[in-house]
Amino acid sequence: MNNEWPLWEIFIRGQHGMSHRHVGSLHAPDAKMAIKNARDVYTRRNEGVSIWVVEANNISASSPSDKGPLYEPSESKVYRHPTFFDIPEEVGAM
Amino acid sequence: MSVSVSNDALHQFLLRMGDNTLILGHRVSEWCGHAPVLEEDIALANTALDLIGQTQMWLGLAGEIDGGKSADDLAFLRDAWDFRNVLLVEVPNGDFGRTLMRQFLFDAWHSIMLGRLMTSADDRVAAIAAKASKEVAYHLERSGGTVVGLGDGTEESHARMQEALDYLWPYVGEMFASDEVDAQMVAAGIAPNPTDLREEYDALVGRILTQATLSIPESQFAHKGGRDGRMHTEHLGHLLTQMQWLQRAYPGAKW
Repeated sequence: MNNEWPLWEIFIRGQHGMSHRHVGSLHAPDAKMAIKNARDVYTRRNEGVSIWVVEANNISASSPSDKGPLYEPSESKVYRHPTFFDIPEEVGAM
Repeated sequence: MSVSVSNDALHQFLLRMGDNTLILGHRVSEWCGHAPVLEEDIALANTALDLIGQTQMWLGLAGEIDGGKSADDLAFLRDAWDFRNVLLVEVPNGDFGRTLMRQFLFDAWHSIMLGRLMTSADDRVAAIAAKASKEVAYHLERSGGTVVGLGDGTEESHARMQEALDYLWPYVGEMFASDEVDAQMVAAGIAPNPTDLREEYDALVGRILTQATLSIPESQFAHKGGRDGRMHTEHLGHLLTQMQWLQRAYPGAKW
């Protein structure tokens, strides 16, 4: 029997910015404790205003060996960047 | 302050608050680097630091009243008989379960006490309580959750938690004792009568311990002698030799 607590990936939303950012991982018996542990491990220097925890098992990741077919085709498609448009002055900073 | 109160009584009251957090903070800090898992190690260290931070405020104010002494003077230059903490906080850590049970039994009292002190007639006391109560709300959530997790856990964790409760329960009563100092605090509107906190405490602690499938011992016996300094346990002196050795070996040494 595996007596280790499951691994949780921790996402913190900082004081500035709207998105949660992956900050690391830790062990905890359940989601509630994972949030408490994340509070103690990752927000002790006033880093965050919100915490998400996801059990690492539940994250599906792309495979590094698929790098070629997944990402290389977009390298040659510069026209997908909106750099060919003139932005009217009235729009201001985007 | 609306009603005048003797500085002696206020000083005693502040020492009781500050010595509780100082001695428990030191005890909890003894786990640093030794806790069963990294996450608990950091959590315990955070708790210890919160308590030591609160100590700086309580003993800082006590020292101010006591002719301009600093919190450090009070923490490092007094001997065992000058301390006014309850005996509960000076008992040795034991295993992780006993440490968390002691933390829970103290946190429950601490959170109720600080809630009352937030409306103290003394603004300085109210301000310290307001700041500390946020930290202590989290301490209680964490220690309460762990007591439930371990009490209602495996056969071994349940047995250890029941053993911890049996060992520590006789130290609970002292937190609700009251004497002349308390009477003066009540008269001045500075602090509640500790005895009046018991009902709320029993309800809170009873609820969590029931969830934890643990039984409260029937005996009403209570060890006393810490908060009035009459007689500490033999453990306090040993703790102080660790905590104070640097100031004793190198008087006046600075960081």
